[in-house]
Amino acid sequence: MTQPVSPPRDSTGKLPPVDRLPAFRGLLAHTDVRTLSLLGVLAVLVLIGGVTRPDEFLDTRNLQLVLTQASVIGVVTVGMTFVITSGGIDLSVGAIVALSSVWATTVATQEYGFAGILFTAVLVGVGCGLVNGVLIAYGGMVPFIATLAMLASARGLALQITDGRTQIVGVRGLLDLGERDAYVLGVPPLVIVFAVVTVCGWLILNRTTFGRRTVAVGGNAEAARLAGIDVRRQRLYLYLLSGLCCGIAAFLLIVLSGSGQNTNGNLYELDAIAAAIIGGTLLSGGRGTITGSVLGVLIFTTITNIFALNNLQSDVQQIAKGAIIVAAVLVQRRTASTP
Amino acid sequence: MRKGFTAMPEPTSFTSRRGLLLGAAAVSSASLLVGCTSNASDDEETAAGGQPAASDSPGKPVTIGFAGPQADHGWLNAINDNAKRRAKKYSDVTLEITEGSNDTAAQIGQIETLINKKVDVLVVLPADGKALTQVGLKAMRAGIPVVNLDRIFNSPQAYRCWIGGDNYGMGLNAGTYIGEKLKGKSDARVVELAGLDNLELTKQRTQGFDDALKNYPNIKKVARQAADFTVESGQAKMAQLLQAQSKFDALWNHDDDQGVGALRAVEQAGRDDFLMVGGAGALSAFQAIKQDNGVLKATVLYPPTMAASAIDLARALGQGKGVGGLAEYEIPSSVTLYSAVVDKDNVDRYMPTGFR
Repeated sequence: MTQPVSPPRDSTGKLPPVDRLPAFRGLLAHTDVRTLSLLGVLAVLVLIGGVTRPDEFLDTRNLQLVLTQASVIGVVTVGMTFVITSGGIDLSVGAIVALSSVWATTVATQEYGFAGILFTAVLVGVGCGLVNGVLIAYGGMVPFIATLAMLASARGLALQITDGRTQIVGVRGLLDLGERDAYVLGVPPLVIVFAVVTVCGWLILNRTTFGRRTVAVGGNAEAARLAGIDVRRQRLYLYLLSGLCCGIAAFLLIVLSGSGQNTNGNLYELDAIAAAIIGGTLLSGGRGTITGSVLGVLIFTTITNIFALNNLQSDVQQIAKGAIIVAAVLVQRRTASTP
Repeated sequence: MRKGFTAMPEPTSFTSRRGLLLGAAAVSSASLLVGCTSNASDDEETAAGGQPAASDSPGKPVTIGFAGPQADHGWLNAINDNAKRRAKKYSDVTLEITEGSNDTAAQIGQIETLINKKVDVLVVLPADGKALTQVGLKAMRAGIPVVNLDRIFNSPQAYRCWIGGDNYGMGLNAGTYIGEKLKGKSDARVVELAGLDNLELTKQRTQGFDDALKNYPNIKKVARQAADFTVESGQAKMAQLLQAQSKFDALWNHDDDQGVGALRAVEQAGRDDFLMVGGAGALSAFQAIKQDNGVLKATVLYPPTMAASAIDLARALGQGKGVGGLAEYEIPSSVTLYSAVVDKDNVDRYMPTGFR
């Protein structure tokens, strides 16, 4: 699986920056110092958790809890990683999650049961992604502006649908999916979905022409176009993909919280961007790592978990979180620059 | 349990903090107060949901302007509903209601429009009390009396009457209820799921809760986490709290909306070894309390019916009358509502006030 990967010149005709190549070796990239340093940060966190609250932290239930809490934002982050890798940004992810979760839990949708909710959540996500993609790829809008507009209108529409009310889900089969009885060999179904999305994302980014085109567009869009890549269509697909991830995440959130609310997905855009960035994806595009992004999400979730277990209040949590982001990125810089 | 409630602090302790409590009893919640202090399965005359009014017979026509924030939360939505329904009840009241907004500038504009329309009385629930003080002053100077709803203006000159909830009392009553429930238990452990920590009201609720627990030396608050009034955050924070505390006896959750998520986390963790008390008074919470098959046993009100009472006060102001049941010729300048505890015994009465 890890035979030396030749630069993705064959499909794109353009080389991404050569020194960044190791980042693409992905899940088993034992040579990737960035991934290693992230694992190091995670290990330190596990140590802190294990020392401060040994009984509660080092516990199967806690592992299940952390992974479950990471699932929703994790799926969003996978989509975000693709968009950022292509040099774009999607500020609308949180709003799309809110709109999808709300649309999928209206009384009318709930009548169609499990399948209706799943279908609606995914479809709304893809629909929003399509609008983003068309505006950016064919409307010539800057991603920042187009997705900002989507953020505003999707949140507004979500509010209009709910009228500010919490829509409680009564579909038993769907709620059961979040319960302990539904765990497969101790793994919560939500976590399985997260894992599947992660693996698919990794394969698409690292093992397909689609992934290589994404990197090429992010590295230098003009060069990619000259090399024969349909840059506009690629961008359309990428925002569509991000929308799809938001739809899936919305469904997971419905299962997790048993409801749809227009406040769902609050500030997901910032969480997803932060996780992708500390994971090693370049904000300017041209380099992306799914492994790093997922580790970034896990680091954030573990921090939150450790803080909560130690009963630290939100003011302390926020200060420490900011400090840890800075520390993680600095450590990464240092280790990456001296391989 | 009846004893537990009569042991609740005298209203005077509220008076010192926030003006007159008296009005509350008369205006909207005479029945709420009695209902709670006795907690008996009563048969008093209150029609469920129809709060007693100052005087139901039509009088001088009054135009009331109403400006509130954007109804993006169940409670705020209920505020608008209560105001509209109350106004419709009176043939002599015309309600001019603005599109709700969370933007300070937008809300100032809306209120100025109402001033220019020369409404008789203004009812304002500011998105941000401090930021809207100026426009309150402006209305008062223009001769339009302002009824300030819940989020208080900076200056008493900016309103003729303030009516709102009692966040400190909410925590106090939740703590007292839990304290009485756990009275015989040694080394009882209590957990708190607070609301948005950067709001003043969250601090007041926690303060009240802590003060109440001080009366019960056998109880220790072992953990507190803050969610942000959303279902999602309620689920996430509660899941962590349950993992952190393998055993505790009671939980107070500040807000029933985030409580939906908290209850979901409890269900997912398969826990039922404690009693939970909610806050605000959502319909889903009332229903769960009535069914009595989960951990949620009670909730402490932060009644959205205050909007209906505000309409009553505004109408009385416009007609130059006092409040029925009080001796004065004018309405009070400040009304702090009581945060009643709703549990299985009295939940039927409050059911119609539950918001979705």
